[in-house]
Amino acid sequence: MGDHVTEIVIFSVLFLLVSGMGFVAARWRAPNDMAHLDEWGLGGRSFGGWITWFLVGGDLYTAYTFVAVPALLFGAGAAGFFAVPYTIIIYPLVFLVLVRLWSVSHRHGFVTPADFVRSRFQSPTLALLIAITGIVATMPYIALQLVGIEAVLKTMGVTGDSAIARHLPIIIAFAILAAYTYQSGLRAPALIAFVKDTLIYIVILVAIIYLPYKLGGWGSIFDAADAKFDASPNPNDGILLTAANQWQYITLALGSALALFLYPHSLTGVLASKNRDVIKRNMSALPAYSLLLGLIALLGFMAIAAGVKPLPGAKEGSVDSNTVVPLLFDQQFPSWFTGIAFAAIGIGALVPAAIMSIAAANLFTRNIYKEYLKRDASPAQEANVSKITSLVVKVGAVACIVFLDPQFSIDLQLIGGVIILQTLPAVALGIYTRWFHRGGLIAGWVAGMGLGTWMLYQVPNAATGRAHFGGSAFSLDKFGFDTKTTVYVGLVAVAVNLAVAALATLALRAGKVPDGGDDTVQDDYFADEGDPRVSVPAQPTSTDPDLDPAPSPKV
Amino acid sequence: MSDPETPAPGPTVARAKDKSAWNWLLFVPIVVPLITPLFNNDSPRLFGFPTFYWLQLLFIVLGVSTTTVVYQMTKKRR
Repeated sequence: MGDHVTEIVIFSVLFLLVSGMGFVAARWRAPNDMAHLDEWGLGGRSFGGWITWFLVGGDLYTAYTFVAVPALLFGAGAAGFFAVPYTIIIYPLVFLVLVRLWSVSHRHGFVTPADFVRSRFQSPTLALLIAITGIVATMPYIALQLVGIEAVLKTMGVTGDSAIARHLPIIIAFAILAAYTYQSGLRAPALIAFVKDTLIYIVILVAIIYLPYKLGGWGSIFDAADAKFDASPNPNDGILLTAANQWQYITLALGSALALFLYPHSLTGVLASKNRDVIKRNMSALPAYSLLLGLIALLGFMAIAAGVKPLPGAKEGSVDSNTVVPLLFDQQFPSWFTGIAFAAIGIGALVPAAIMSIAAANLFTRNIYKEYLKRDASPAQEANVSKITSLVVKVGAVACIVFLDPQFSIDLQLIGGVIILQTLPAVALGIYTRWFHRGGLIAGWVAGMGLGTWMLYQVPNAATGRAHFGGSAFSLDKFGFDTKTTVYVGLVAVAVNLAVAALATLALRAGKVPDGGDDTVQDDYFADEGDPRVSVPAQPTSTDPDLDPAPSPKV
Repeated sequence: MSDPETPAPGPTVARAKDKSAWNWLLFVPIVVPLITPLFNNDSPRLFGFPTFYWLQLLFIVLGVSTTTVVYQMTKKRR
């Protein structure tokens, strides 16, 4: 690792700097009483435009995205670019749906999507299913953030022989992360997100100007990619979509967008903002990140043009395609700048990992601990349980990476996207309509989960030679159609989920099975900051005007 | 929540409801990026980018402008 010393030093210095910020964050915009879940888990529900922009941006565009999306373009070409339409259509969706969820959550003090379902359908069972789905889908997502850091460490040559030595840097990084999340809650990732995004923007701006210049211009980058895919035996790769994967592209973009805003951690970022306007304005400003992501995706083609060969994977004979972007940087940039780029990816993993573990911890506290274990838990006890759960969640994520094949986390993440989509009828449609019977929603959930898992099990992966869980592109010929067309598993599963939920609702109504009531009223869905009936007790007592100029600039 | 509060039906304040015809405009940036025949071409190229890439990046601008217009048109008049 001798030739990587500069990179390692810069990486470590920046990493330690943000860790320090994480601990200091507890005192940033500090409330009188931190021992309340609204404070620890939602930053006092007080974030303005700028903080929300950095927080949600840092939350949705994770280190894994930055590493895996270009790796996808490197390997398969145009199909990997689905990330761009996916992050375009998410914002109008949020604009329409999550603003209402913010209002009703604000009025009733909801912290998690399951809280909402619990009140809307008066069904603790349905809420429990939603909470468990959320936790199960989020866990591998946290583990994946480690895969992002690991790709960087591997490229810097920080690897050992034994399993423990190889993973020691990650264990240390996550121990630090766990400690400051425990202390500062959502304020830590909110503060660190500023540094993370600044670094990433600098790195990408430099990369998209400097690298095409070095590699002979954009035209020749695309031509190099085209030549590579023409030569490959796979009929479905190329710099354009093929007849067989167009539907996969469309359904994956739509399905991923629907899944993304159902993930508990997206909701955590949204609920932490202080009013409806902050969210709406952000939906116009957040696509700046989509532009960034689109350009980052093209790093995959630059890696092709630069002739990058990915490092070997965990198994004999396999390659770890996640290393292409770190390798591209390592090969093309001077080592001091590579150090900054690597730190950007590493820190980029910390922000979402912290928010996700907070979201998972909140779900456990509100919908399992308070519902089933200790009904009369005080706000202070809730905050405490969440803090401890966030530690447990991170230990679990590290264990996944250390003891299991990282591929297992990637598979789980794939399944995670499909299963979180199954909460769509109860959460997203529930915001609009109370028509569904609570029993019908449970039946739909069971059907969607079952079908989704079965379909994923049926997907082979030719590149890695695996027969099951090889991806999310389901070939329709498995249903007996005579076609090569593939579609995204999640969207099919959620369609079946909806159909079953609707039919079961009709059946249960016909059978006069009692349906729960509704604790929310129509008016709740439009409530805004300063509403007299808002039940949020904890308001921040000190704000830092320098860091959050409100109102933020119009976009 | 073990103690779901039941908000008393208070006086209906004149509040900007979400219902606005402008919201339908938001379906444009949801649908357009999903019509692959629109952009699944290599030419014309722009700065060396095949159509597939530059047009989809341009859809980001479409998304931003639509959400901005809808926000401006539906926000509460103070």
